Amino acid sequence: MSIKKMTVTVNYQKKLAKDVYSMWLAVGSMADEAKPGQFISIYSNDSSRLLPRPISICEVDREFRSIRVVYRVVGAGTEEFSHLKAGQRVSVMGPLGNGYTLKQEGRALLVAGGIGIPPMLELAKNLDCEKDIVLGYKDSQTFLASELEDYGNVYIATEDGSVGTKGNVMDAIRQHGLTADKIYSCGPTPMLRAVKDFSVEKSIECEISLEEKMACGIGACLACVCKSKDVDAHTHVNNKRICKDGPVFNALEVEL
Amino acid sequence: MNTKVTIAGVEFKNPVTVASGTFGSGAEYGELIDLNRLGAVVTKGVANIPWPGNPTPRIAETCSGMLNAIGLQNPGVDVFIKRDIPFLKQFDTKIIVNVCGKTTADYVETVERLGDTDVDMLEINISCPNVKEGGIAFGQNPKSVEDITKAIKAKAKQPVIMKLSPNVTDITETARAAEAGGADALSLINTLTGMKIDIERQTFALANKTGGLSGPGIKPIAVRMVYQVANAVNLPIIGMGGIRTASDAIEFILAGATMVAVGTANFVNPYTTIEVIDGIEDYMERHHVDDIHSIIGIVK
Repeated sequence: MSIKKMTVTVNYQKKLAKDVYSMWLAVGSMADEAKPGQFISIYSNDSSRLLPRPISICEVDREFRSIRVVYRVVGAGTEEFSHLKAGQRVSVMGPLGNGYTLKQEGRALLVAGGIGIPPMLELAKNLDCEKDIVLGYKDSQTFLASELEDYGNVYIATEDGSVGTKGNVMDAIRQHGLTADKIYSCGPTPMLRAVKDFSVEKSIECEISLEEKMACGIGACLACVCKSKDVDAHTHVNNKRICKDGPVFNALEVEL
Repeated sequence: MNTKVTIAGVEFKNPVTVASGTFGSGAEYGELIDLNRLGAVVTKGVANIPWPGNPTPRIAETCSGMLNAIGLQNPGVDVFIKRDIPFLKQFDTKIIVNVCGKTTADYVETVERLGDTDVDMLEINISCPNVKEGGIAFGQNPKSVEDITKAIKAKAKQPVIMKLSPNVTDITETARAAEAGGADALSLINTLTGMKIDIERQTFALANKTGGLSGPGIKPIAVRMVYQVANAVNLPIIGMGGIRTASDAIEFILAGATMVAVGTANFVNPYTTIEVIDGIEDYMERHHVDDIHSIIGIVK
């Protein structure tokens, strides 16, 4: 598989919720190889902002060779992306990192919170088994939930209780008595910690996707490391590189 | 047209290399660019034993720059010799190994271990702002720069480049000290110590609190320091600090650098080194320069 950096065209951009945007990019051959759980680096058109923003792949359209990203505006870089209009150009590099390992038999449990939800869409599309999808939001702005309903049973948890279970994803999992043969997760670290504990308690195989500030995005700069149980291949010091060795890890592999 | 340069008897096919720590040992960038094109690869710092580095977050973006506090995470010299040197030997480029340490004995041990290997030069990092011991502690005092340079030169089998810190009042003092200690060349500048505060979380953007500032924002400081050092010592200089285009590289060469290194720009555009190599040739053609030596340090 090869990583490419190229300037691509924005096909379509739409606001999904407060500060959350969906953007389709015509990425050519990058779309041929992209897998669920991988990410792309998007570069600013403002040369005073040097570093790419790593953003997970939400959907891949191989026929139209496009990749969809759904991202949250958290600073000046993502704010700039949110103003990109169809036909405008932006530089991207990808596909980066390792995606989820798909287990096509048994029952899958997809657990995601907030801006960890987008990669669940391409994952759900590619998982050919029974799926329960648990989504955690702050409030009633439940972006992507209706799209995910096409691929599995969606359960929602909201912090303010406006939709679904009041509380977090673990409250929803318990309320509905959900279990699985494999768990796939992406979201904030406290949520991932709870999902990992649940998977250990129930002896369910579990993969989680991590996030950290990145510079190069390809494993050279060692900015985005996480603590790993085993010695890592690069430095032999229990520091795995999220961009290169991850962002998806077996939950038992990493310390959260 | 000649773009070959020679430093301490080592010939480089062109004057372009990479700044230590921005390029690993080349394996990752080798998937994107042809490493055979580079004059040399300067590796990430390697110590006598593995170092785990600092806690995260290790980087933060700044206006036209970035702060890093990686903390010299490295696998130690044994893994480096077994894995990284054979990898780099596959390519037609020179190998410059950046060496870090906490004590003089650490540096000397690594330098001695590298003595029997097939690397071309050593670059001694006495200027890392992100580690508590070693690093910059050696690089800010002229007397300790001279002492460590001497200690390393006494054991080194390859030519020695001392990498200078810009976090000093007068960089010509540490440059002269390195020269007095027997250095074969100098590289400058390392990063400038900086800080960023996350006002929403009301804490430091980096877990290490401070980090090294790099990127285009520091280039004028780097060019000034290369100019000062070039006019203060009689040693070849590898210039770096914010280079992202051939025009930037030419500024350093005109100021007195024999070679230039691309650092942070590798993160912005992985093809930067190649564009700089090609761009230097374009510049030479445009200005009818037959030999790159005829423009090194000509702006006085």
